[in-house]
Amino acid sequence: MMLAYAAVVAALLSGAVAMAADRFPPALRIGSFSLLGVSGAAALGAGILALLSDSRSRAQLPFGLPWLSWHLRLDPLSGLFMAMVGISVIAVSLYGPGYVREFERGVHTPHHAPSDGAPQPAVHHSLAALGLFTGLFVAGMLAVLLADDAFVFMIAWEIMSVSSYLLVVYQHHNSTSRQAAFIYLLLAHAGALVILLAFGVLAGSAGSFTFAAMRTAHLSPVWASVAFALALIGFGMKAGIVPLHVWLPEAHPAAPSHISALMSGVMIKVAIYGLIRFVFDLLGTPQWSWGLATLTIGTATALLAVLYAVQQNDFKRLLAYSSVENVGIIFMGLGLGMIFIATGHPTIGAVALLAALYHCLNHSVFKTLLFLGAGAVLYRTHERDLDRLGGLIRRMPHTALFMLIGCLAISGLPPLNGFVSEWLTLQAALQVSVLSSGVLRSIIPVAAALLALTTAIVTATFVKAYGVAFLGQARTRHVAHAREVSIGMRAAMALLALLCVALGVVPTLVIRLINPVTRNLLHLGPAGATVRGWLWLTPVSPHVASYSAPLVVAAMASTLLLAYVLLHLRRRATRRSQPWDCGFGGLNARMQYTSTAFSQPLRRVFAPVWRTEEQVSLPAGSADQASGMRHQLHITDWSWPALYQPVGHLVLVAARRVGRIQTGSIRVYLAYSFFTLLLLLWLIT
Amino acid sequence: MVDNLNAWLDSALQTLLFIAGAPLLAGWIKRLKCHLQNRAAPSLFQPYRDLVKLFAKDVVLAEHASWLFRAAPYIVFGAMVLSAAVVPLVAVPLPASAIADVIVLAGFFALARFFQALAGMDIGTAFGGMGASREMTVASLAEPAMLMAVFTLTMTASTTNLSIAIRHILAAGLVLRPSFLFALLSLAMVTVAETGHIPVDNPATHLELTMLHEAMVLEYSARHLALMEWASMIKLMIYAVLISNIFLPWGIASRFTVAAITVGTLAVTAKLALLSVLLALWETVLAKMRLFRVPQFLGFAFLLALLGVLTHVILETAV
Repeated sequence: MMLAYAAVVAALLSGAVAMAADRFPPALRIGSFSLLGVSGAAALGAGILALLSDSRSRAQLPFGLPWLSWHLRLDPLSGLFMAMVGISVIAVSLYGPGYVREFERGVHTPHHAPSDGAPQPAVHHSLAALGLFTGLFVAGMLAVLLADDAFVFMIAWEIMSVSSYLLVVYQHHNSTSRQAAFIYLLLAHAGALVILLAFGVLAGSAGSFTFAAMRTAHLSPVWASVAFALALIGFGMKAGIVPLHVWLPEAHPAAPSHISALMSGVMIKVAIYGLIRFVFDLLGTPQWSWGLATLTIGTATALLAVLYAVQQNDFKRLLAYSSVENVGIIFMGLGLGMIFIATGHPTIGAVALLAALYHCLNHSVFKTLLFLGAGAVLYRTHERDLDRLGGLIRRMPHTALFMLIGCLAISGLPPLNGFVSEWLTLQAALQVSVLSSGVLRSIIPVAAALLALTTAIVTATFVKAYGVAFLGQARTRHVAHAREVSIGMRAAMALLALLCVALGVVPTLVIRLINPVTRNLLHLGPAGATVRGWLWLTPVSPHVASYSAPLVVAAMASTLLLAYVLLHLRRRATRRSQPWDCGFGGLNARMQYTSTAFSQPLRRVFAPVWRTEEQVSLPAGSADQASGMRHQLHITDWSWPALYQPVGHLVLVAARRVGRIQTGSIRVYLAYSFFTLLLLLWLIT
Repeated sequence: MVDNLNAWLDSALQTLLFIAGAPLLAGWIKRLKCHLQNRAAPSLFQPYRDLVKLFAKDVVLAEHASWLFRAAPYIVFGAMVLSAAVVPLVAVPLPASAIADVIVLAGFFALARFFQALAGMDIGTAFGGMGASREMTVASLAEPAMLMAVFTLTMTASTTNLSIAIRHILAAGLVLRPSFLFALLSLAMVTVAETGHIPVDNPATHLELTMLHEAMVLEYSARHLALMEWASMIKLMIYAVLISNIFLPWGIASRFTVAAITVGTLAVTAKLALLSVLLALWETVLAKMRLFRVPQFLGFAFLLALLGVLTHVILETAV
């Protein structure tokens, strides 16, 4: 608990120190980021201690409202998420000092506004604002995890939301950033309102705002379902479930890259923490229909988001969509968990829940890594557009290696970490035959099939992203002259890449660490996922399924080594020559497949999913067919026109109606106040 | 313990047999096809000769090739060898199956494909990118179909461990399961797509419009090419063995006696030989499909597999 306090305080201090950064830039680089690192390390320590000791520590702080002091609590569930925040924050604190040099110099704004190619004027960004809000943001996230009453929870939640809004709008000279931030602010508050209502339903029957009282409250099934639905919408909005995800691919890429990493890597997890805390801990035993709803939403989210992701040409947008997709996979795990628990199979439910938690951890590691890597590319090349990158594996070899590990991990390939959690999710789904309901028995296999489809398309997405950005030849001149990034930035990525490997190779140790969480939530005995020792991962029983990542790695390594040695017994010359150019000669970088071209077959296969506007035109007067042709392609999300524009329109119309009562005369307003007061008095008495 | 050791030894031997036998299967299919198409057939051992020739040659690399391009053949080959190690070939209690179940098997295939596609994009020619793009499109539909088809088996046997699942089916005897019919059809269609056969791909041509797999390995030479080629032969063999040992497991050895293993080897050889005849016939009577018809073909396979799983869940499990 002391460590957790230390983490929050260090994060706040790091914000405070950064205030001096405008006058004295090293304050941010040295003071603020090292304090942030301390905060991350303390959070990681607190989290791991809470997991290891499997204990709950509570505290009451004499702040807040007179009748409600602040309740804090650190249990294994918050410990796990705290550890995730800690890992990402440590990486960011290593990465930040190098990355913010760009803002310090104030020479460039990362120009990604597609339309204007004109050089943009040098813009100065306030370093103090960046550091202050980063500190507040981290402190807010940690406080959400510690909260043990709805009041603290909501305050911390708002600090987290508002400070992250201010970070998204940080590059406010860019109109797309401003717009993205506004949408984010709007939806974050709509979401917070819904969460508040959900807590209201619980508090109404518990008679108190503390989580302890809510745990013991008994709700009628209908009210419980209402509370669940509100929580699902509220937390889901923050986590980015389809169709409430639209803000996410706008807002996450707009922030500076290390903030994008924190938002995508960790803030989404805080929302998922909220949902798990609310549903599994506070609401009591879930109903199977909730599980079905969560599973359906999760499946739809995963599949649609990955289909959007594969069509993105902007590196950071692609990553943001992929975050939505991973949230979908986590929701599938949670949904399966609810279904199995509600139907009286808590051990299988525990496997599903474990899969979801494991995937949270994995995603926080590899998504932070990928965003930091995309940030490194952005830092050196000032390009986010995949179609303008290329060949970076030769210019930035270390970054390329770490990104390769990140891409392998997120694609769910053995023996890295993404695979383990997807494997566990599938294993849970395959236990469907224990259920007696025919509906569930036929829906869960369909969900599993769609999960398999999702994973396959994720692989295609990251082959595209990695292949186009890092392989081949540079498509623009400044990309061809990119340099490797600073040692601190590389260290951050190396740390995360190492974690990706470690979490994948020794899943049993990780699961032992996570086990107290599911045990406490479901009141189960020790789980059997590791009964055959650390070498074997056996989620249900050794007979049903087993996976041994250490042996896979060992076998793989020995095969590779053997093949390599056998083939290099005799030293032979390796000659370099021109690649095959069909005899035409003069291969150049523009002849490569682009990101748009790569995803074209998938665009045709799943055509109805996107709103595609494609135009091929030949400007009049140009006789040369080959060089005069113009091709335009716009791909947009259906959820905009289908859901948001009508709502936005309605709000505008309503606002205009309401606007009529605004006369501008103070007497009329005083009359309004008076009558409202009367009405309220009448209502109360 | 001695028994255990025996089983692991047997596991290693089976893997070696698997790897060594894969070119033979490829040669046999090629020979059959030639005979069916009235062409002069190469020797049964031609694939071995090709591999030996390639292994002996010096490597020619493209100018911009990075380390990833050179590492990819080893990783692809390694992933295929590991996959081969977990699929029971002649005897069933295969301890290696516990290391990696069918989902991991699909993961290995995906890993190999990932590196193959990246290697295709590494040089920066249009061919490589085109091959990678098409391969990933085809795979993104074929992989889930394959997983679903195998899930029918794993749900029937309620285990994802291939060795245990096959033993379960062997013990159950000859039971007519409608779900297996769907799964078999689907797996057969996926096999054709994933191993580069007509109507999805035709590795025999080097024509831009028809290339999938070949386009990615176009820049490879010598030992790198040999490893890539060998890996794809092993993949074909894995699919063929999966089909024959899941749906017709009879004859597979369930004890480690010389007699049982001899019978097992003969049985699997006969099954594979027969399956190859079907594949050769199929390749002879069908024409190559347009690339954009392939998703329909694979979508059909995916739906068949899903139907298989649903049939199993609804019809074949006692509530």
